[in-house]
Amino acid sequence: MLESFIEIEDKLVKALQETAFMTITSLVIAVILGIGLGLVLYITSEPLLSKNTPVYEVIGFIANTISSIPFLILMIFFLPISAAVVGTKIGSKAVLVPLTVAAAAFFGRLAEASFSDVDKGVLEAVISSGARKSHVIFKIVLPEARISLIKNITVTAITVLGFSAMAGLVGGGGIGDLAYRYGYQRYKKEVMIICILLLIILVQLVQTIGDLTVRALNKRGR
Amino acid sequence: MSEQKRAGKLIDFEDVSVSFKQRKKVTEAVRDVTFSINEGEIIGIIGSSGAGKSTLLRTINRLQTVSSGRVTVEGKSIGELNSGELRKLRSNIGMIFQHFNLIGSKDVYSNIEFVLLENGKTKEEAGKRIDELLKYVGIEDKKHSYPGQLSGGQKQRVAIARALANNAKILLCDEPTSALDTETTEAVLNLLKQINRELNITIVLITHELDVVKEICDRVVVMDEGRVVEIGDVYDVFTRPGSEFTKTLIRKENRFVIPSNVLENAHGKIVRIDYFDENAERALIAEAIEEFGVRINILHGRIEFIKKKPVGVLYISINGEPVQTRDALKYIRENSGKMEVIRDA
Ligand SMILES: Nc1ncnc2c1ncn2[C@@H]1O[C@H](COP(=O)(O)OP(=O)(O)O)[C@@H](O)[C@H]1O
Ligand SMILES: [Mg+2]
Repeated sequence: MLESFIEIEDKLVKALQETAFMTITSLVIAVILGIGLGLVLYITSEPLLSKNTPVYEVIGFIANTISSIPFLILMIFFLPISAAVVGTKIGSKAVLVPLTVAAAAFFGRLAEASFSDVDKGVLEAVISSGARKSHVIFKIVLPEARISLIKNITVTAITVLGFSAMAGLVGGGGIGDLAYRYGYQRYKKEVMIICILLLIILVQLVQTIGDLTVRALNKRGR
Repeated sequence: MSEQKRAGKLIDFEDVSVSFKQRKKVTEAVRDVTFSINEGEIIGIIGSSGAGKSTLLRTINRLQTVSSGRVTVEGKSIGELNSGELRKLRSNIGMIFQHFNLIGSKDVYSNIEFVLLENGKTKEEAGKRIDELLKYVGIEDKKHSYPGQLSGGQKQRVAIARALANNAKILLCDEPTSALDTETTEAVLNLLKQINRELNITIVLITHELDVVKEICDRVVVMDEGRVVEIGDVYDVFTRPGSEFTKTLIRKENRFVIPSNVLENAHGKIVRIDYFDENAERALIAEAIEEFGVRINILHGRIEFIKKKPVGVLYISINGEPVQTRDALKYIRENSGKMEVIRDA
């Protein structure tokens, strides 16, 4: 086991880098897009803001559609689009596009729920004081939803990590790919176990970071 | 009530109706409501849960748009305001709630600062105003506390400070004391009274506690199933309710009955006397005893004050010669607000 570890150490490091690159990059973009999507869904469903049922239904339908396509299929479907956006059909970069889209749709719905959970009474109180809607959204709703948002970002990060394991299919590399090639195709059980352990550690790490952030935010106020 | 308090109409409801459509179901929350609120008064809105009180209140600052009819505030029909004008109107109308609705992620200072900055104040102006406001509502020491660290009474004080921040002329209160204990309720009501008196702010207050109305309101509106069934001076409505609904509402709260063992042990006729207005202050019983030579025994009684005017209930037993008893009863009947023979023995 130790022997094979040294043997594939370089490959593990590379895989870890690829996984980190794919996960972090797409997560960051997806969080930004998802907050935007969540806000649009929230605002168009909230009578106190700018309720607009047709807009809500259309955008909600698109988000649901993306979320209901299995990631593997979404990835293949997105290959030509990836080529146009990031200039390549293979490698970690190519995976970024479908990964970001899937994560944004997934996180957008969660963000919407985070916003909807903001106390309606608080919303009513600030709107009745004559505040601008845009300020209500950015200065009240976003800060009030922050803890719930962090929790949902954590969930999204773990989901994206899982999605990124399928990147090998289009040459995206990463830990999932390593486990597949060595563990499945070459019957190197040890490599597979190391990869699984690594993924478990990564998930725990993400969860811990999320929990600590929530705790830090909780300390203030409330 | 002073003349000055009846200065003129401030808020006007004209045939206001609000209905909610949810899928196939239509709820008519407010139906054809027409009445006015006077400048400087404290007006209560009572009625059972779901009567449409909150919906009606929310039409005043257009948190709720009307389905038909018109709401006028200071002579302006608010349905026609554009968004800028609406925000201006809202900044002049404060609102407080049962659950306080403070921004949990902001401390007391920032809660109030937000509404001041939203209405064009600078940070410095806001800072000064906040100190002033917190002093007025009596919680200067909580300036940097978070809502989660405050008691219910303190939270409502912060909410009141926030509602008054932009020099509101009207304060809308939706069950402001319903989440508070008796003592705190008393303190918050006193603060509201003070605000009304000192700052000449018109207060519209929803409550399900009739005692709250008796304590601070000048007039009261009674709502049932979306309609206003009665409106009038608090003392009049509570002593001489005009609608069946109001009678039931008052009776439900006023479960003032005589214990059965007292009833069993008493001799003679038993009479319940309700007295109010000038009658409440008369020595009616003493007069009856003196005049007719009957023996009167007081079994049970209570007197309370609505807007400083007494309202009383008295259970008495009366014994004596039949003729004198009859005359005494007649005398009491004529000189009290209301008399009812409970047991005619
Ligand atoms: N946003 C809403 N959507 C649908 N129905 C509502 C809404 N707000 C209030 N209602 C309904 O309108 C009626 C009156 O409600 P409300 O004004 O809250 O009554 P109250 O404050 O007197 O208890 C109730 O039947 C309530 O269910
Ligand atoms: Mg209500």
